[in-house]
Amino acid sequence: MAQQTITVEPSDPSGIPSAVRIRTPGRIRAMRAGGRVTTYLVLWLGSFLYAIPFLWMVRTSFMRLDKLFEEPPQLWPDPWIWQNYIDMWETGPFANWIVNSLILVALGMLGQTLVSIFVAYGFARTQFPGRNQLFVLILATLMLPGHVTIVPKFVMFRTVGLLDSLWPVALPDLWGQAFYIFILRQFYLTLPLELDEAAEIDGANLLQVLFRVVIPLSKPAIATVAVFNFIGKWNEFFEPFVFIQTPEKLTLAVGIRWFRTQYGTEFQMLMAASIVSVAPIVIVFFFAQKQFIRGIALTGIKS
Amino acid sequence: MTATDMASAPLGVRRRRGILGWTWKETQGFMFILPWLFGFVVFIAGPFFFSFFLSFTQWRLVGDIKWLGFENYAQLLSGEDTRFVQSVYNTAYYVVFHVPGVLIISFIIAGLLNRKVRGIAIYRTCFYLPSITTGVATAVLWYWVLQPNGLLNNFLDIILTPLGVRAPNWLGSTTWAMPGLIIMSFWSVGTTMIIYLAGLQGIPQHLYEAAEIDGAGWWGKVRHVTIPMMTPQIFLTMVLAVIGSFQVFTAALIITEGGPADATLFLLLYLYWNGFRFFKMGYASAIAWILFFVILFLTIVQFMTARRWVYYEGERA
Repeated sequence: MAQQTITVEPSDPSGIPSAVRIRTPGRIRAMRAGGRVTTYLVLWLGSFLYAIPFLWMVRTSFMRLDKLFEEPPQLWPDPWIWQNYIDMWETGPFANWIVNSLILVALGMLGQTLVSIFVAYGFARTQFPGRNQLFVLILATLMLPGHVTIVPKFVMFRTVGLLDSLWPVALPDLWGQAFYIFILRQFYLTLPLELDEAAEIDGANLLQVLFRVVIPLSKPAIATVAVFNFIGKWNEFFEPFVFIQTPEKLTLAVGIRWFRTQYGTEFQMLMAASIVSVAPIVIVFFFAQKQFIRGIALTGIKS
Repeated sequence: MTATDMASAPLGVRRRRGILGWTWKETQGFMFILPWLFGFVVFIAGPFFFSFFLSFTQWRLVGDIKWLGFENYAQLLSGEDTRFVQSVYNTAYYVVFHVPGVLIISFIIAGLLNRKVRGIAIYRTCFYLPSITTGVATAVLWYWVLQPNGLLNNFLDIILTPLGVRAPNWLGSTTWAMPGLIIMSFWSVGTTMIIYLAGLQGIPQHLYEAAEIDGAGWWGKVRHVTIPMMTPQIFLTMVLAVIGSFQVFTAALIITEGGPADATLFLLLYLYWNGFRFFKMGYASAIAWILFFVILFLTIVQFMTARRWVYYEGERA
């Protein structure tokens, strides 16, 4: 068809297809410029709307409690109270919560990301009777809301005396995770089989193929899964909330709720604690966002 | 064996026999799956069936388990438990507004972010961050935003005061508490947005150029190129959003505790109360199973309709 007329010249600074430019260059360029301005305006407004609750949170975390209820609200904290962050640290077992969250994240990454790397390899690159049926089972568990099993899990961990610790939260996570297995398997399937075969001819066994061929080529997908995993575990709420009672044993995501129940509500501390809990994720995302987005695109989420 | 041997041999070739009469290679493959299978049996399938059993019983965590047959289900489904009916209504209300809202808002944001603009990383972070913020932090934050003199009403007053209308007391009103939580849910659209963004970047540019040649304007391109090409992502996010929106918990627990007057009592919150506040393990399990069946049913319905409107490029003849 009109294949030649629509070729874009990459060197063209305006980025407008030449075929279009032939028509009414001035008008179209003006329209594009107008479009750009609108895009920027909407983007500015939109990201402002999305950012402002955060900014409000930052503001509140530096305010004195009695100033919070002033009318009209203060836009800039006056006086500026750094002390809130120190108070927050001293009021609750904050250090414990951070350590517990980190333990949970570490165990989760070991058990979910790492184990999923192996399990997904089994599904993508080996054959054994029942493999496909088991994979359907994995997909089925994706639909199963975890909350359906919360009561029996509670009973189970109560029976073995593990309640009120990190174990009921961490143990079920040590065996791979359906969604990550799915993502990684989809990615492995895009790698050419010839590479495996070449390695096998060189005498590599399955594990060696995994470590020397598949893992090095799957770094973007693994990075995506690891980031998902980090965020998911760091924020996990429902299970720690149900299984853990002792304040010192809580994780940060659940623990910050504590500021609300202990002495009425210490909103300024609650906000400070929230900021501390969000900070690692902001940092991870800001620096990893490219891999993140590319990873999602690469993992063939389409099919 | 020689290298040529291996290269030409199909996977299923019987060399050494392991357990179950499988080849060594098959056994190895199975061993890769084994950790997941163990976790599945012990922590998913086991509790799943145990929960099914419990849903037919009465049990307060101590003492004997009493078999009730269908009594729990009868009580729930007959409408005898009015709080359960209320929680089903609330959850449905939320799903009906949350799911389309999230899909549309994410789509618009993704469209904006897909342009070549400066400082894209900052915008992207702004839009994405809320969805990866700890649930409690989000809830507490919105507790503030939704106060009668909170952030939202400060904005609304600018528009509403000249009209002589008063902004609602979101959390204190049975009418407005649920819309308040739904508005809050629109803040966390990041994951859906990222999936759309990835999808948009995968649409071949030549389709747009072809549409332009055919005289399509902005809307024409969106309608005839972008939306059809994005149907797999729209479908995926719709399924995920429906599953997710049946499991709202943190927001209701922290902000409203189900109130006022059960106006934000969600299914999962009611399940939690029954199980871990009233210790009605059997009853809670029955609620869990109803929740499960509803989600399963809706997911199957969505998959069945998918054939009519979802376009997969690979399926083209």
